[in-house]
Amino acid sequence: MIWVNAVLQGVLLGGLYALFACGLSLMFGVMKVINLAHGDLAVVAAYTALGVVAVTHLPAVWSFVLVVPIFAALGYVVQRTLIQAALNRSVLTTLLVTFGLSVVIENSLLQFLSANSHSLNIGSLVSDSFSIGSQITIAYLDLAIFVIAVAVLLGLQHFLSATKHGRLIRAVADDREAAQLAGADYRHIFGIAAAIAFATVAFAGLAFGMYSSFDPTIGTDQLLLFAFEAVVIGGLGSLWGTLVGGIMLGVVQQVGAQVSSTDQILAGQLFFLLVLVIRPQGITSRRRTA
Amino acid sequence: MSETSALLEVRDLTVHHGQLRALHEVSLGVSAGEVYAMIGANGAGKSTLLRAIAGLDQPTSGSILLDGADVTRMRPERRVAAGIVMVPEGRRLFPSLTLEENLLVGSAYARPGPWNPGRVYELFDWMAQRRTQRAAQLSGGEQQAVAIGRALVANPRVLLLDELSLGLAPVVVRRIYSLLPDLLASGVTILLVEQDVSQALRVATRIHCLLEGRTTLEGPPGELTAGRIEDAYFGLAKPAGGPSGSAGGYA
Repeated sequence: MIWVNAVLQGVLLGGLYALFACGLSLMFGVMKVINLAHGDLAVVAAYTALGVVAVTHLPAVWSFVLVVPIFAALGYVVQRTLIQAALNRSVLTTLLVTFGLSVVIENSLLQFLSANSHSLNIGSLVSDSFSIGSQITIAYLDLAIFVIAVAVLLGLQHFLSATKHGRLIRAVADDREAAQLAGADYRHIFGIAAAIAFATVAFAGLAFGMYSSFDPTIGTDQLLLFAFEAVVIGGLGSLWGTLVGGIMLGVVQQVGAQVSSTDQILAGQLFFLLVLVIRPQGITSRRRTA
Repeated sequence: MSETSALLEVRDLTVHHGQLRALHEVSLGVSAGEVYAMIGANGAGKSTLLRAIAGLDQPTSGSILLDGADVTRMRPERRVAAGIVMVPEGRRLFPSLTLEENLLVGSAYARPGPWNPGRVYELFDWMAQRRTQRAAQLSGGEQQAVAIGRALVANPRVLLLDELSLGLAPVVVRRIYSLLPDLLASGVTILLVEQDVSQALRVATRIHCLLEGRTTLEGPPGELTAGRIEDAYFGLAKPAGGPSGSAGGYA
């Protein structure tokens, strides 16, 4: 039963990882930008929520109402200015620019907000849980984060497959020039895709800030790594792949932690390398027929 | 140029691909309701001309006017809104999108006009029942039809058709060219690029021959003899500016 519990905890944690990963995957899929500042953005979202709570006295749980739209707007602006300027030079330049952004964010946080760790105070919700049998305990927060993650992925899937702008995002990802010939300004579409990516990472950052403590360096130390691992394990280009990847990473980490509490991250890392060797296209990826 | 009333006018257009001069001071005027055909050998600059008119290649000098308004520096997506829509060489459908989604993307920024996906389904009766298929699964001829449909639903004033027949069986090519009267009847003006000269002569109201980026012949097919066209196509007649040979390469 201990193992069943570990697997269950891993599945729930996997939802959070998928939430981290879907924005990373979207930006790579649409504009071929690997956003190395992705993890730091999540951390900034958590700090922003701290600020929002301090100013408005909203409960931390509701901070997403403000933080997510702010991040969506930020995503559009950063894409249209900084990242587009880098893209106009070369795809490799975007790596340098987002890496630079990551360094700037991390050091600014250290400079102005200190290296102390924080967490979003959600009161007793952080420890409330229910038990199934004697050995399985599920925290309401973990369950809620998982449900929200799946809901966000479902919403994103619906947006991409059934709305005009979702269709345009997929068209631009397929063939930027042909999309221009259909009248679409691909830079605007890129901006929309980045807005969505930033909004999802804000969600993820807030969830993480409630789930665990955070400090300025955790974005690159852990979050970016986990997001990458989830994307690679699941396979690029599919949201469900990202969810499957996130869940598998979460399960392996939790089972690893059950073996020895220091082995959590190592287990995930080894599993990630194993997937790269055995199935480099990812667990769910099908071969492209195009 | 005598066509001051031309719907689409190109004046002394020069385009470079890096050091290579792909197009050298080419001028032409397409009047409303025409089927204007660019002919010429591989690398003559026909596709470059169309790409420049669509806004994908920036000219070094010269200008492009739509209904008298200068569009030379306009971005490609803005030209679609202005009424210039291109069916690119090689179809260039969105492979991961369905047939229907390809048409919907084409109509996302459409001008008001007679064309919409429903009308395209009427034009190509096989499309409606296969609209949920991904574009990548369609045959070459079917993809070409969808590419034309995707351009039509934007309701172009000028439709640019780049090498429709490339890689298609002759029977399919004939079927696609048989659509042109329908398109013209809906008020679309057509500028097309065709390597197959006899095909171009069958459908065009005017032809324009390019050789190594320069104009070698221009006029209505009825006034041009087979011999003159052959000379212009292969460069046996001396072109106006003299053959420089600097515009070789492949378009």
